[in-house]
Amino acid sequence: MNLQAVQLQQIRKRYGSTFVLDDFNLEVAAGEFLVLLGPSGCGKSTLLNIVAGVEPHEHGRVLIGDRDVTDLEPSERHVAMVFQSFALYPTMTARANIAFALKMNGVPAAEAARRVERVAAVLQIEALLDRKPAQLSGGQQQRVAIGRALVRNPSVLLLDEPLSNLDAKLRTELRVELRKLHQSDPRTTLYVTHDQLEALMLASRIAVMHQGQILQCDTPEVIYERPANRTVAAFVGTPTMNFIEGRLDLTGAAAVLHTHTGARIPLPGLSATPSLAPERPVVLGVRSEHIHIVPTETLASTTGRVLVEEMAGADTYVLADVGGHELTIRTSAGERVRRRDSLPIRIDGAAANLFCPTNGTRLS
Amino acid sequence: MFALLPTAGIIAGAFFVFVGWTVIMSFSASRLLPSYEFVGGLQYQRLLTNSRWWTSMENLAVYAVLLISGCVCLGLLLAVLIDSVKTERLYRTLIMLPLSMSFVTTGLTWQWLLNPTIGIEHAVRGAGWTTFAFDWLVRSDRAIYTIALAGIWQQTGMCVSLFLAGLRGVDPSYWRVAQIDGIPVWRTYLHVILPQLRPAFFTAFILLFAVAAKSYDLVVTLTGGGPGFSSDLPAHFIVDQLGRHELGTGAAGACILLITVAATVGPYVYMEIRRQQRA
Amino acid sequence: MRRRIGRTTATHLTLATFAALFAAPIVFMILTSLKTLPEINNGSIFALPESPSLAAWSKAWGSACISGTCEGISRGFINSLAIVLPSLILCLALGGITGYALSLRASWHADALLKAILIGLFIPIQAAMFPMVIVVRELGLFGTRAGAVLVHVTWGLPFVSLLFRNYFLTIPRNIISAARIDGAGFYAILRHIVLPLSLPICAVAAALQFTFIWNEFLLSLTFAGAGHEPVTVALNILAGAQFGVQEYNVNMAATLLAALPTIGIYLLYGKIFLRGVTTGITKTRHA
Repeated sequence: MNLQAVQLQQIRKRYGSTFVLDDFNLEVAAGEFLVLLGPSGCGKSTLLNIVAGVEPHEHGRVLIGDRDVTDLEPSERHVAMVFQSFALYPTMTARANIAFALKMNGVPAAEAARRVERVAAVLQIEALLDRKPAQLSGGQQQRVAIGRALVRNPSVLLLDEPLSNLDAKLRTELRVELRKLHQSDPRTTLYVTHDQLEALMLASRIAVMHQGQILQCDTPEVIYERPANRTVAAFVGTPTMNFIEGRLDLTGAAAVLHTHTGARIPLPGLSATPSLAPERPVVLGVRSEHIHIVPTETLASTTGRVLVEEMAGADTYVLADVGGHELTIRTSAGERVRRRDSLPIRIDGAAANLFCPTNGTRLS
Repeated sequence: MFALLPTAGIIAGAFFVFVGWTVIMSFSASRLLPSYEFVGGLQYQRLLTNSRWWTSMENLAVYAVLLISGCVCLGLLLAVLIDSVKTERLYRTLIMLPLSMSFVTTGLTWQWLLNPTIGIEHAVRGAGWTTFAFDWLVRSDRAIYTIALAGIWQQTGMCVSLFLAGLRGVDPSYWRVAQIDGIPVWRTYLHVILPQLRPAFFTAFILLFAVAAKSYDLVVTLTGGGPGFSSDLPAHFIVDQLGRHELGTGAAGACILLITVAATVGPYVYMEIRRQQRA
Repeated sequence: MRRRIGRTTATHLTLATFAALFAAPIVFMILTSLKTLPEINNGSIFALPESPSLAAWSKAWGSACISGTCEGISRGFINSLAIVLPSLILCLALGGITGYALSLRASWHADALLKAILIGLFIPIQAAMFPMVIVVRELGLFGTRAGAVLVHVTWGLPFVSLLFRNYFLTIPRNIISAARIDGAGFYAILRHIVLPLSLPICAVAAALQFTFIWNEFLLSLTFAGAGHEPVTVALNILAGAQFGVQEYNVNMAATLLAALPTIGIYLLYGKIFLRGVTTGITKTRHA
């Protein structure tokens, strides 16, 4: 199989009078599984359609490998696409659906049948081949759709929120399946979703999109642990990252955050960069798993008042009022929170993020 | 997009070239054969001094008003009633049956019903009511109403269908809320349901006006335009000019008819174009 | 949701009365067609026939004299079929492809044509009639069945195209995109995907257009020519005459016969019939 890279250069797309995409650039390495992550309406599906060639755009070029495919028809680009709504041909059997592209491209019937059988075996849908889409469940239809895409051996695989129309259990099943497929057959894949958990689990790299712009393009680990700005930090991770505004005091032995409400929050382990001016206003971002409930109060801890406790299976989420700020703390289940009014907590400064209050960019 | 060419050609030709041609003809001296001698507004002047044309235009106004108000009121009433019963099939079928018939059939049917010598008047008189009169068909001041009657009979079913679809599209939650709040049914209809039927009213108005403006068959078969020309309609007048070898005058009449239709129906078509584009 | 308005019996009574009023004219026609002429001239239109006979019907069908030939309305039937069927096939074929092309919304041509169609729906025949006569005459088709077919196809095209377009819009766009990516072109998509889905709308369009063309009068009157009169024109010649002895029973039988095909289609397809009429103009459910 031929591994191709995908390049999008200066793509501009307009709907009516709004620019959905303006000067958009992206590179997908050959064999990479890149996830476009973003809320609805940020332009990610439009982008996928532009790569596929089914959506015209005003400006910019699309390159697949070293071929400029901007002016080529979808069928000439050697791409395949899987849709959120499955988009199977309703009057054809699953077999005919999968074989359709081969038929359109003049592949002889015997060869086509062989390839259909092979891809059906991989996806475990051999028993379903003679059924029509209406007789298949959502998960089965999506498998057929994936089969339809893979049977053509495309250079680039495009997936537009393929799991969003499935129920939770099926979603997990198919997600794992997609990951296994990519591991055994590393094809260049461009995957679109609004589900940040899906993105974290599937991607070799994530491009976080917001209003037609890429906010950060990096591995899942980097995106999760060192988000480039506040928007990315808030979008990725469940529960949402905790944000506290205040002034950073780096004069003492350990860093301390003085919040607007007068609270004093120690941040042990926070490595201050020289560029940070003392007494500079910042936004502290810390994830719920980096706030620890400690047995006793120490110099490195602060206290909070418990508001709500949510038991969620393996974890318990505690919503606490810390100096006027509501923070979500993740703790393991079984640890019943006893002291409600003055719960000692310690924030892991080493894992904390600092953002600029005005434009949200990362400081540390 | 070559597949669009044949249709585009036909439509461009028939609907725009021909109409344009008619407009040109209306400014010419055409009689039996088209001539391209430009005579300015002469044909229009002739129309304006033609009492038959005036009668036909007045009749169009009367007919349109009667047809639209009759069909809409009756259609709405019947739709509301049908919506409230379970066995609607039979009623709907009978009320909408006339729609499947041609205007020729309708015209002939009502011509016989309203014929004083064999129709309703004759029958009622025969039953004892010797002074009963229903001779509208032969009275020049009433003949146009017969056309309205026949038109309402035929087209009410269409309004029933439109309003029924509209009523069925209303969220049932409104009814539950009204019931819980104790609002009487007739009030709920008046203040809550009917305003939601506005698109249906609009459509009915447009379609019925188009029917009225295009009415030719009904005039020919029901009254023949008579007695005299008292029940004439513009569509009939215009076609008649072809037979009378007055192409120019007919063309002028056609233009006026077109303008009338455009003025009434135009705004709606414009809105519909915008809606289709956004879809 | 069914609303109860007052007592259900009152509602049924009102509805039954109106339904009877609507059906009454047809009922009277049937009754009259079964009577003898003296009975009609002297009796009441409301009275039942004394000894019902189908004599008038057989005369209307086979032997009534219409402008020279005495073959009854059956001649008109044959002419109507000869005009309606080709018109129907051509209109559906052309309108179907046009509707499909329009539903793809691939270019500004499509949008311009759509606007033209919406406008064309409302143009009265009279506004284009005279030039149409001239052109058809020049083509040598005036007074022929082919000419009538041409004219009917022309006037039916906007409506049928719109009908098909609105229906094809309900096909999810992603299916068309998937087909394009798979390598299917305009006609391949039409053949493999769109056409198999189009049976319902073809039925609706056929029912509506058959009814419309069968019932049509003005165009047939002007363009069909002597000897090719379809049933509506023949009927008017037979029954609309102002002079001579009126054989009312024969005329009514002829009228009913002429109306049978379209009434038949209506009874069979009633629901889709009405939905089609209103959907063509106002799409109530948009994709």
